[in-house]
Amino acid sequence: MWLQTLMPEAITDVSKQPDPRPISPFLIGPYYRPQLTSMLSIASRLAGIFVTALTMPVMFLYLLAIAGGPESHARFVTLLGSLPGKAFCLVSLLCLCYHLANGIRHLVWDTGRAMSLKAIYGTGYLMLAGTCVLFALVLWRALA
Amino acid sequence: MLQIRLPVNARPTEGQLFAAPESAENVKRFRVYRWDPDGGANPRIDTYEIDLNDCGPMVLDAVIKIKNEIDSTLTFRRSCREGICGSCAMNIDGTNTLACTKPISEVKGDVVINPLPHLPVVKDLVPDLNHFYAQYASVKPWLSSDEEPAAGRERLQSPEEREKLDGLYECILCACCSTSCPSYWWNGDRYLGPATLLQAYRWLADSRDDRTDERLDQLDDAFKLYRCHTILNCTATCPKGLNPGKAIAETKKLLLSRKRS
Repeated sequence: MWLQTLMPEAITDVSKQPDPRPISPFLIGPYYRPQLTSMLSIASRLAGIFVTALTMPVMFLYLLAIAGGPESHARFVTLLGSLPGKAFCLVSLLCLCYHLANGIRHLVWDTGRAMSLKAIYGTGYLMLAGTCVLFALVLWRALA
Repeated sequence: MLQIRLPVNARPTEGQLFAAPESAENVKRFRVYRWDPDGGANPRIDTYEIDLNDCGPMVLDAVIKIKNEIDSTLTFRRSCREGICGSCAMNIDGTNTLACTKPISEVKGDVVINPLPHLPVVKDLVPDLNHFYAQYASVKPWLSSDEEPAAGRERLQSPEEREKLDGLYECILCACCSTSCPSYWWNGDRYLGPATLLQAYRWLADSRDDRTDERLDQLDDAFKLYRCHTILNCTATCPKGLNPGKAIAETKKLLLSRKRS
């Protein structure tokens, strides 16, 4: 609306007829080169979605299983102890570590720091290393 | 709107091959996006074989050579050929940059050239930038002050105040950054995009400008400013080495400190 007020001639009235012109190619991968910037960002989104949509409901189910008594708890533990269950736990942990590490990187950016191109890449690799360390540390503690 | 495939009418098909002459010794293939507004056909990718021994060093040199010597129907924008006008911005080898300052030697394999991403195509490598320019105009990119400078004098700035404009005033509005931004692809109708936001911050940072509050009021919007998710494709692609991501972060900080006070 504000655009129409300011520069009415710049806006094509799409209601009259569909724009026959193609949109120029834009997808990351086939047309736009995947770079560390966009890849870490989309991975952060996906990790967040995984944790919210899958890990958290499973954790609530776990609470319910505890509340249900020793039998339901034991059933839940057997389920998570299966191969797909273990894989789910590992992916969940990885997503959590990654989302946390990249979240800290974003918090630093929110203060306006570490935003040079060099720092963007530097903190990116640092964050990936941090994710691995955190992942290994939690896993080591859990299995010890 | 998030799209994970190109619309049917935007998917390029394989076009013609313009082979290099037999005598050519140092052949490089240029795969160039073509779309003709007449005829209603889909875009196509034409392949031009160029003898690099008989061509200038930059991608723009090759594109001009194609138009002059091989296929005069190829359409693109160019003007200064030295990285100051911003006309020849295009997607080369998968990233947005200026064809005139991009050496051919930096590209491994075929040189793939597309128009700037996610814009309506006017013809070939010429995208429609009207909406981009209208967004730029919407931030009122000019000095606005209640005070008149002393008659016959310029408005004074300290060297420190002037320094704050470094890295901002150099923007040539080539649109490389905005069209590299996935968030601008999905929400470009309302999100202003990195180029316009860097330009908006250029006036916020100017000590001579009195409209900081009004400018911030206008930017304080879930879409105009806050569709920036700090992906930072903008900073990675800027052919002038500027930092739109940083300018946007500083703008967000200004808004936050204003709210706190």
